[in-house]
Amino acid sequence: MNIRKASTHIIATALIAGSLAGASTAFAADSQFIGSLVYRTGPYAPGGIPWADGFADYINLLNERDGGINGVKLSLEECDTAYNTDKGVECYERLKNKGSTGMPAVMPLSTGITYALLDRVVADKIPLITSGYGRADAADGRIFPYVFVPPATYWGGADIAINYVASQEGGYGKLKGKKIALVYHDSAYGKEPIRTLEALASEHGFKFSKFPVPHPGLEQKATWLKIGRQLRPDYVLMWGWGVMNATAIKEAAAVGFPRDKFIGVWWSGNDADMIPAGKAAKGYKSLQFNGVGSDFGVHQQIKNELYAKGKGSAKSAEQTGEVAYNRGLQSALILTEALQAAMNHYGNKPVTGEQVAWALDRLSITEDRLKEIGADGLFDPIELSCVDHLGKGRAKVTQWDGKQWKAISDWISPNSKMLRAMYEASAAQYAKEKGITPRPCG
Amino acid sequence: MIYREAGEFKTSYQKDQAILSIRQDNWFMWAIMAIAFLVIPVISSEYWLGTIMLPFLILSLAALGLNVLTGYAGQLSLGTGGFMATGAFAAYKIAIAFPELHIVVVMLMSGLIAAGVGILFGIPSLRIKGFYLAVATLASQFFLIWMFNKFGWFTNYSSSGVISAPPMTVFGDNFVTGPYATPVAKYLFTLSLVVFFALMTKNLVRSNIGREWMAVRDMDIAAEIIGIKMLPTKLKAFAYSSFLCGIAGALWAFVHTGSVEPLAFDVNRSFQILFMIIIGGLGSIMGAFLGAAFIVLLPIFLSNAPAMFGFNISVDLISHIEFMVFGALIIFFLIVEPHGLARLWQILKEKLRLWPFPY
Repeated sequence: MNIRKASTHIIATALIAGSLAGASTAFAADSQFIGSLVYRTGPYAPGGIPWADGFADYINLLNERDGGINGVKLSLEECDTAYNTDKGVECYERLKNKGSTGMPAVMPLSTGITYALLDRVVADKIPLITSGYGRADAADGRIFPYVFVPPATYWGGADIAINYVASQEGGYGKLKGKKIALVYHDSAYGKEPIRTLEALASEHGFKFSKFPVPHPGLEQKATWLKIGRQLRPDYVLMWGWGVMNATAIKEAAAVGFPRDKFIGVWWSGNDADMIPAGKAAKGYKSLQFNGVGSDFGVHQQIKNELYAKGKGSAKSAEQTGEVAYNRGLQSALILTEALQAAMNHYGNKPVTGEQVAWALDRLSITEDRLKEIGADGLFDPIELSCVDHLGKGRAKVTQWDGKQWKAISDWISPNSKMLRAMYEASAAQYAKEKGITPRPCG
Repeated sequence: MIYREAGEFKTSYQKDQAILSIRQDNWFMWAIMAIAFLVIPVISSEYWLGTIMLPFLILSLAALGLNVLTGYAGQLSLGTGGFMATGAFAAYKIAIAFPELHIVVVMLMSGLIAAGVGILFGIPSLRIKGFYLAVATLASQFFLIWMFNKFGWFTNYSSSGVISAPPMTVFGDNFVTGPYATPVAKYLFTLSLVVFFALMTKNLVRSNIGREWMAVRDMDIAAEIIGIKMLPTKLKAFAYSSFLCGIAGALWAFVHTGSVEPLAFDVNRSFQILFMIIIGGLGSIMGAFLGAAFIVLLPIFLSNAPAMFGFNISVDLISHIEFMVFGALIIFFLIVEPHGLARLWQILKEKLRLWPFPY
């Protein structure tokens, strides 16, 4: 057989095998399917792996300790998106009809994938939970019935950052004439806070300047020379992502910009971003919508139930306290609490996306419930309603001490009144363009 | 055996000039059309239509566009993503500003706007050739994406710079964009457009314009000496190529994902489409489709394969295996047939015509 014939054979085999691809694996009828879009590979894997581990660990903890939720076993399947929108959409479509009831909710973990799924989730009636990313205006549940944004949005994050700056300076009154710069990833994600910051700048009279950094953000010398030598702002905020974060911190150190006046959003506050920056990162601050560290009850249980028995997802039990890991835990917690609420209402059997959306519309994770789980202080309580798909939207400010994150503030509330109006205005514009009639919320 | 051409006589010039001059080829093409239009929508699952066929068709159209420019006219371009983005943003602006326009009109208008932009960025091609032209078109890629990011006007001042398609119908209640569009409607709409433009392109490259393009590609000085004007010929190629890419971009934004940010059309998209035509075959309509199939379908197949055969491998390992196998296959095919999959197809056809007596 010559090589050309061999190649035709290979093509033929591939085609035949490809046509069989539709056949999916069978699941036990009584288990609840959970699909998880993760990125364990690709350029952002250092931040994606701990998230995926945290998510999987919490699901496995429920399976090991309680036998699932209300006696219904959970069966988790991951799909690797590599943070690529095309792959993410493919993953979503692949997973959405698996299990006996399909995927109960999707957490795409990428702003790009979130936007690509906005239309699809409405058609498929699968709730889209974007914790701390995605469309901020999806906080308006009347226009986005299937999108949920707890525990925080970028707009809220921008407001919290300014709130923190004001408290450092001694009140909002002192912001007048101050210079605040934003260094942001030049993409849909990075641009989210701009409108809020502009509104706040005109309200409080500080001077706001923007510094877009093109993807991937390895080249920021010129940006930081301008910031450090020319503009000399009082504070710098950062909406960075991946390798851009460490680069920015190193450049800030190079131009001598004080790191304790440099505040990143939560995606600029991963452990994986700080370690490459080395000493330069010491003193750098970041917002977090979850607590930091691994000294919480839930971590202890995960270590006892999973890692002690060799069933943990991460390589070692030490990695369970990373910021991204805790976020994975939190996403799993929001999902499983919603699943439980849906089962309590619809019966203890696998639930559909629509039933989970019903549960999310009235999701209530109270302080007491968090205590029970062993996550009080780690996560903020979440209360959602038909109108409000965000909750309190609070975040903490944390500081990197060279080895780990330390919380340096309590939960800070954003200015909900101003933001709510902005969410509604933006959602209304979206509804107009898309021809959506807001659903009534009784 | 399969190709028994005995008794097929061409009795008119028309028959002699037909696209598919052999009767069996004709049947084969009709059979493919019948399968594509009738069988696939009926038997395919939503996953197949929405996630595999749709991106395949749209990227085929973009590859077709680039193949006109690079494969037929010989102008190497890395600006495909930029032209697709132009189409997508133009379609968005037109659809929002004139909600009463029909989606086909919106698509054609966005294609024309992309063609205009293509002409603008094609002007340097008169002086710059080969790899230098690739760099010049790369500049257009970065410029266009930067422009859509920078100026809020293009996104109607959306805070995130993301555009999203309004729901639009082809006729009656048949939505092809927005949340209530069914995968079947989207698929058939895209398929009709792609088939139409593929046919149009096939005829165009057989016409005097196409022959001029090929003359320029094969040797520009010789082409000039026999009286082909360089600038209009090259600009026509840029215009038509960008027209197709623009429509592909508009389809991607409107029909496939529903909302996009400019980064969906970054330089990686341009490379992806360039690889499609290199692997599929430069200067071949079939090649654009085969290349798109290879680049779009193979990774999906590879990432689904371990689960299909019952292997329980962690997702990161699957991703890594996918990269390695995919890379190895690209090298394999380029070694076996440097002229692309279309050439393999052609060889197969020649063999079949002679079969079972090869010589």
